[in-house]
Amino acid sequence: MGRSLKKGPYVDAKLFGKVDRQNQSGVKEAITTWARACTIIPEFVGHTFMVHNGKTHLKVFVTEDMVGHRLGEFAPTRSFRGHGGKAKAETKAGGGGGK
Amino acid sequence: MPRLLGVDIPNDRPTVISLTYLYGVGPKTARELCHKAGVNPQVHARELGEDEVARIAALLDKDYVVEGQLRRQVNQNIQRLKDITCYRGVRHRRGLPVRGQRTRTNARTRKGPKKTVAGKKGVKDLR
Repeated sequence: MGRSLKKGPYVDAKLFGKVDRQNQSGVKEAITTWARACTIIPEFVGHTFMVHNGKTHLKVFVTEDMVGHRLGEFAPTRSFRGHGGKAKAETKAGGGGGK
Repeated sequence: MPRLLGVDIPNDRPTVISLTYLYGVGPKTARELCHKAGVNPQVHARELGEDEVARIAALLDKDYVVEGQLRRQVNQNIQRLKDITCYRGVRHRRGLPVRGQRTRTNARTRKGPKKTVAGKKGVKDLR
């Protein structure tokens, strides 16, 4: 379900202010943010964001293709490292132990 | 049998139905096509005149994205998601459901046939 067109895209006001100031002064520095829900608008292109994933901030360099997506889409909150594997199976067979 | 767009040869069924054999043409578009081309939708495809087939072909060519072109478009859209490494792109790459469905069970369409894991709880019950 999309967002109402009447409202327009959700852009975090504080974040937009920072981007705007950077655009005017010309310096481009990574912006640390927690605003994962903020839609990427054309003004963001070429900027680097540090997007919070719940634990740390991941570097996201915004390209033209990303416009319309949200910042959070590029900072995965889960890291799946695979099931089982040899080491794990052995600790299980050895009885007890493991994490 | 009339030929439309090269390879596709809809068979001897009503025109509306046989048009849906084209990739990108469903019941709605098929009805639209018949209407615009002035073809009786119920007449069997084999009884279509050359001029009628030509008119449908012209319409498809002009206003619709179908077959190879549509397939390419879909693939490009998916490729774009993969390239920008957004969440949806990652799900496509891994062959997992893209739209937030559960994966604890089901999701077999995306994941493919079951891969049984030895020693996992419940494996004994399956035998």
